[in-house]
Amino acid sequence: MSSEWKFTTKDLAEKPELLMPGHRACAGCGPAVVYRQILKATRGPIIATNATGCMEVVTTIYPYTAWRIPWIHTAFENVAANAAGIETALKVMKRKGHLKHDHIDVIAFAGDGGTYDIGLQALSGAVERGHDFLYVLYDNEAYMNTGIQRSGGTPHCASTTTSPAGRVIPGKPEYKKPIADIMVAHGIPYVAAASPAYWRDLITKARKGLEVKGPAFLHALAPCPRGWRYDTSKTIEIARLAVETCVFPLWEAVDGEHSLSAPSKVIALKPERKKPVREYLKNQGRFRHLFTPEFEHIIDEIEHIVDRRWKLLLKKCGMA
Amino acid sequence: MTSKQKGWKEIPIAGVCWTPTTEYLTGDWRTFKPVPDLQKCNKCLLCYVYCPDGAIEWKREAEKIEFNYNYCKGCGICANECRQEAIKMVRE
Amino acid sequence: MTVVKQKLLALSGDEAVAYAVKQSDVDVVAAYPITPQTIIVEKFSEYVHNGEVDTEFICVESEHSALTACLAAAATGARTFTASASAGLALMHEILYVTSGCRAPVVMTIVNRALSAPINIHCDHADSMVERDASWIQIYVENSQEAYDSTIQAFKIAEHPDILLPAMVMLDAFFLSHTLESVNVLLDATVREFVGTRKIPLVRSHEGKLVPFKLDPKNPVTMGPLDLYDYYFEHKKQQEEAMQRALQTIKQVHDEYGEISGRRYGNGLIDPYRLEDADIAAICVGSTAGTTKVVVDQLRAKGVKAGLLRLRTYRPFPSQDLREALENVKAIAVMDRSNSFGAYGGPIFHEVRHVLYDAPTRPQVVNYIYGLGGRDMPQTLIHEIYKDLQKIVKTKRVEKPVQFIGVRE
Repeated sequence: MSSEWKFTTKDLAEKPELLMPGHRACAGCGPAVVYRQILKATRGPIIATNATGCMEVVTTIYPYTAWRIPWIHTAFENVAANAAGIETALKVMKRKGHLKHDHIDVIAFAGDGGTYDIGLQALSGAVERGHDFLYVLYDNEAYMNTGIQRSGGTPHCASTTTSPAGRVIPGKPEYKKPIADIMVAHGIPYVAAASPAYWRDLITKARKGLEVKGPAFLHALAPCPRGWRYDTSKTIEIARLAVETCVFPLWEAVDGEHSLSAPSKVIALKPERKKPVREYLKNQGRFRHLFTPEFEHIIDEIEHIVDRRWKLLLKKCGMA
Repeated sequence: MTSKQKGWKEIPIAGVCWTPTTEYLTGDWRTFKPVPDLQKCNKCLLCYVYCPDGAIEWKREAEKIEFNYNYCKGCGICANECRQEAIKMVRE
Repeated sequence: MTVVKQKLLALSGDEAVAYAVKQSDVDVVAAYPITPQTIIVEKFSEYVHNGEVDTEFICVESEHSALTACLAAAATGARTFTASASAGLALMHEILYVTSGCRAPVVMTIVNRALSAPINIHCDHADSMVERDASWIQIYVENSQEAYDSTIQAFKIAEHPDILLPAMVMLDAFFLSHTLESVNVLLDATVREFVGTRKIPLVRSHEGKLVPFKLDPKNPVTMGPLDLYDYYFEHKKQQEEAMQRALQTIKQVHDEYGEISGRRYGNGLIDPYRLEDADIAAICVGSTAGTTKVVVDQLRAKGVKAGLLRLRTYRPFPSQDLREALENVKAIAVMDRSNSFGAYGGPIFHEVRHVLYDAPTRPQVVNYIYGLGGRDMPQTLIHEIYKDLQKIVKTKRVEKPVQFIGVRE
């Protein structure tokens, strides 16, 4: 599957800004970059729904709204069910002649808490039923809205307020849940992993997700300066390092067939280009405790996990 | 609450929002201000694509970028990502 | 009265509800199975799969998603319906408030069933009574005929532009849900005309325009924002005002429906039985009213001035109607099929007694908690209640203001 749509940054700049400035995301907010990029991928009328989370809060502090498209938030764990309801209503209203548009896209946004954890049931149900919508997971790897608590998406040994870097337990003992693999296993037509550093890749994937008939799942890494403890200017740099170190490889699965996306494909073809995971970890305060004699061995352990997952992915992509 | 705020009869039902965020200026959050050097700028617009706030505008007629300091929070992503080093962060 | 042509069908309460939904031009039904509601969605699935309705049925993975999908579909402009009971309603709890807060006129049938634990599938009213504060209209029905009639009325009440509040219609598990009754049904066209198509009121959007109150790319609105101490209170006041307006709308819709069908349930809010000159009266909701009427007739035959007030609408609470209907009764027994643990009596008792506090006559009001978990409420026990009331009138003394009845020591 490929999208016909080709674009330049100028084309994007000339498309309307569907997320208005004046929203109250923190300076350097990764999710806000992800949202802006994704909303540049729209192909026509669209309705958005959002799970509870940072981006729900910062874009709609009453009486203000940053949304130039119809938008609804209802609760934390149910955004996929919102999308299901909207999509179904549109379908039947169109059939009954109550709708002026030929087609309206439906997009659901949720953070990692709303996806890996509390929203997984509704998401699984909605994609199993085959609703036609794009689900965007903006993964900032912890419950940032409530103050940086660990989620199923938090990586191994990251320090959060509920998995602090203690003297005995150095951050989150568990590993990041392979959420996108879980979505592929649902047999849905489109799943992709993207990083806002590779904007063209991310926007193209969002567009494919909208174009495909049936459920699409886009896993977008969304660095958070507050939660990851780095300088606000480094959001894109870190989003790029995640890909360069294979911590967050870019890929897509169309009807279950995996393929690597260009930035990761380059590394697969030229493994010497893969940067050590240390490069990714070192600028983030949430991993600072790993750079001590006591816990430094964990960096190797993380490198090992990253390698293992990368190899599995290469196998799926037929590049092992 | 202050009398300036609207009463229940005056606002839409169900919490439907009635003000765009463009009326909420986030520019005063800023400590450092991005200052572009338009001589160095090659108009790649990466700064536009990476801005979390939509605070960089592409002026099509004038063929140049323009910062909207009403909204720019001064995160510095644009300066960090500019391959031409055409954006400097300057303390306000 | 212009009573239209009708058909007599043998339907269980659940089937009667499904039939009403089938006729009401519903756009989206999203539901999850739970005894004793399941027949409603099973029956409705048959209608969908046999092409008898133009409705999308979403067979969701939980009640939480059932109500969410209905809420979101309603926000998109659709007419929506769901049904649940007991644990299912409890799982919806969070979204009940969101639905009313979003002013989404979802209609839901609740087949009243006890809450766990221990698990029990039979009738009591604990599941819906606990949701009385959720800003949903609550109508309790006495029989399957009323379940049918009230479901149709609920769409018109909930969607009324002055109201825009979700509505629950409650029927008793098994006593009604699974029991065949003769039900008069209106013709499809009659119901279709009665409910009409959903009318969407206008709201002022952030673009400064008056636009339809729905998710529409032509006229974008933002729904469900973060609403803090500066405006949340105003939004809740709006909901309360809508609830109070609903008292009138429920009566009005009930009257319009009565004109067509020839069927009325009191004034739509309260349904009194031989109450006019009564000295003693019971108050209840749901199917127990049927048995109680038999007892009232037996007492009347013996010259006892007994009456009954069936509360049909519990939210909004018809305080004024209730006070006027009861102020000349000397002793009143409120029958609650649910208990508020640790409180001074059951939920209906609280409100009835509280409303009568303002009546100059201040009747004696006592409370009986009965029938939990489907325990039968036979005529003999209802006779005991009226006997207690007679004693209270005679002695002017209340020995036990609140008691459980029908429970073994």
